Amino acid sequence: MATATQALQNYEESFSGLEKSVASHEPAWLRRLRQDGFARFGETGFPTVRDEDWRFTNLSPIAQTPFRLVRNGHHLPSLAEVAPHRLAGAGCELVFVDGRFTAKLSSAGKFPNGVKVGSLAAEIAANPGAVEPHLGRYLNIQRDAFSALNSAFIEDGAYVHVPKGIVLESPIHLLFISTAHDSPSVNYPRNLIVAGENSQATIVENYVSLGRGERALCNTVTELVAGDHSVISHYMIEREDESAFNVSTLRIQQGRAADVASHSLLVGGALVRNNVHPVLAGEGGECLINGLFVGRGRQHLDNYMLVEHASPHCRSRQFYNGILDGHARGVFHGRIIVHKDAQKTDAKQTNRNLLLSDTAQIDTKPQLEIYADDVKCTHGATIGQIEENSLFYLRSRGIDEATARQLLLFAFASECLDRMKEGPARTYVESLIRQNLGQITDASRHQEQAS
Amino acid sequence: MSLLEIKNLHATVGGHEILKGVNLTLNAGEVHSIMGPNGSGKSTLAQVLARRETYEITGGDVLFNGKDLLAMKPEEAACEGVFLAFQYPVEIPGISNAYFLRSAVNAIRKYRGEDEMDAMDFLPKLREKMKLLDMDEKFLNRSVNEAFSGGEKKRNEILQMAVLEPKLAILDETDSGLDIDALKIVAQGVNAMRSPERAILVVTHYQRLLNYILPDRVHVLVDGRIVRSGGPELALQLEDQGYGRYESGARGAGSAA
Repeated sequence: MATATQALQNYEESFSGLEKSVASHEPAWLRRLRQDGFARFGETGFPTVRDEDWRFTNLSPIAQTPFRLVRNGHHLPSLAEVAPHRLAGAGCELVFVDGRFTAKLSSAGKFPNGVKVGSLAAEIAANPGAVEPHLGRYLNIQRDAFSALNSAFIEDGAYVHVPKGIVLESPIHLLFISTAHDSPSVNYPRNLIVAGENSQATIVENYVSLGRGERALCNTVTELVAGDHSVISHYMIEREDESAFNVSTLRIQQGRAADVASHSLLVGGALVRNNVHPVLAGEGGECLINGLFVGRGRQHLDNYMLVEHASPHCRSRQFYNGILDGHARGVFHGRIIVHKDAQKTDAKQTNRNLLLSDTAQIDTKPQLEIYADDVKCTHGATIGQIEENSLFYLRSRGIDEATARQLLLFAFASECLDRMKEGPARTYVESLIRQNLGQITDASRHQEQAS
Repeated sequence: MSLLEIKNLHATVGGHEILKGVNLTLNAGEVHSIMGPNGSGKSTLAQVLARRETYEITGGDVLFNGKDLLAMKPEEAACEGVFLAFQYPVEIPGISNAYFLRSAVNAIRKYRGEDEMDAMDFLPKLREKMKLLDMDEKFLNRSVNEAFSGGEKKRNEILQMAVLEPKLAILDETDSGLDIDALKIVAQGVNAMRSPERAILVVTHYQRLLNYILPDRVHVLVDGRIVRSGGPELALQLEDQGYGRYESGARGAGSAA
């Protein structure tokens, strides 16, 4: 209990420290946003497993760790350290170190007139009028302590604005690096992506760790505003180190006939919570929520989907595949809310899981709340193992067992890849998946030799 | 030296003895058929030879090319030259047929110390074999056996055999579920594989396939033992008279033992 008290005290100290240092220059609306966030967190604290939305995820490792806000004095990674995390074919690369934009490590790229890709802090300072109408407008801090905390600590993150009618061919790569610290540290990236009417873009958020230090928590929030008829692909890649905590929230606001795809790949972290919350606010919107999570050791990977149909004639598809080995635990909680006026909604949800060991575990839970009468909603979940039949078939053709397992795992994972558009982002995700699954089959080969 | 020597082979699954002392010798260049009623152990024998681990070997020896086949894993047996055409080919979504076949060819080449083949070298060879089996190019990019018809699956098995060029090919009920046209195509594919260096073991319930693949020897497997061996005429006799007389004989022998 002493640690939890210490932890809360740290949040208070961090918050008052931040307030003091930004008091002279921040706009009043932003101060209010942050104060509301902190007040909300003060009221609720961290949720417990008694909270239905957190039933399968015990947050005490986060609640009891006295994290300190990283603001100054962080170690700046070298270009060589960042190099392995670059995305070949990206139109630009913004690097954030412990939540702060780092121009030295970033490459600006060339964009058509009017496109803005840069630091949120810089945009708030230079052009607050562009940020104010959107920032904090869509995120619901009432129902989520992490969103409240993130809002309390808004300082920096990515700001992307794609004006009306602009089509960006190459992906925008946002690389978030958590560096090693001597004591537990927390950072709060806050991203705002505003895609104008009829625009097209691909945005990749990529979360990695550098160096080995004390536990780090990355609590990140992205608000993505997809204008009417826009076509947006968003990638969330989480591959932090095995002691890290990552809580991410993607809040998507979709306009009329907007077509948004959210792709997630979760492979790293000790405790990970991935919240995806699209609201189909305009008629005829399309939303694809596609994800793959791969856990091993004692990893805990929790996926919480909240798809809100708020307008008629919208279509949503959720497909999540999980692969769990060792003592890893996965969660898929797929919630669909169809509001009263959202007639002709077509919503579908599928969660498929492979458990590679007797001690791996998955909790999968659909939750449909339908207030309209003319809708089509389906859900399904499967849990299985690698089939002995398939394995024997491949081996009987000369393919060794480890390779056969890897082929079958990759085939399972590629269901998610197939839903991504061809291009640099998909190629990048594919290489990460191959690398990751290779490690899983290597690990089981070692186990076999040991036994 | 014979290519395959099975001596007094006993195998059980889940505590049930299925093979109760099988003896069989197969020389390179020969085609043998194993015929028998349902539940006689035909498929078990085929799968044991392909080294499926669900069967426990409780006695006997199998020498393949002079090596201890029963000590091999499935992939080792395949790399040594054993091929099983499955009675029920497995569907594997997410892996394309072409990629699967090339992985198999390269696994075997690697085992033999040969260079791996890239797609450019491999595809022309594969296309040529597909033509022989009257298979459409679209099968290359489709997932292994996924949504294939029964006949397409069996043809795909023979295609794999043609590409992997085994020393011993075991066909497990390859004729089941085939219409006469598909049966002819499959038989033609198998006959094209007959060679002095290769042996083929045709496991079947019915004599039908043997009209097209003429065996040198026919063995009757009943209740886990080979009860009779003879020339191709034995298959016709079985078609006429059924397995009844062997079954009662086997049961009698079983109760006497």
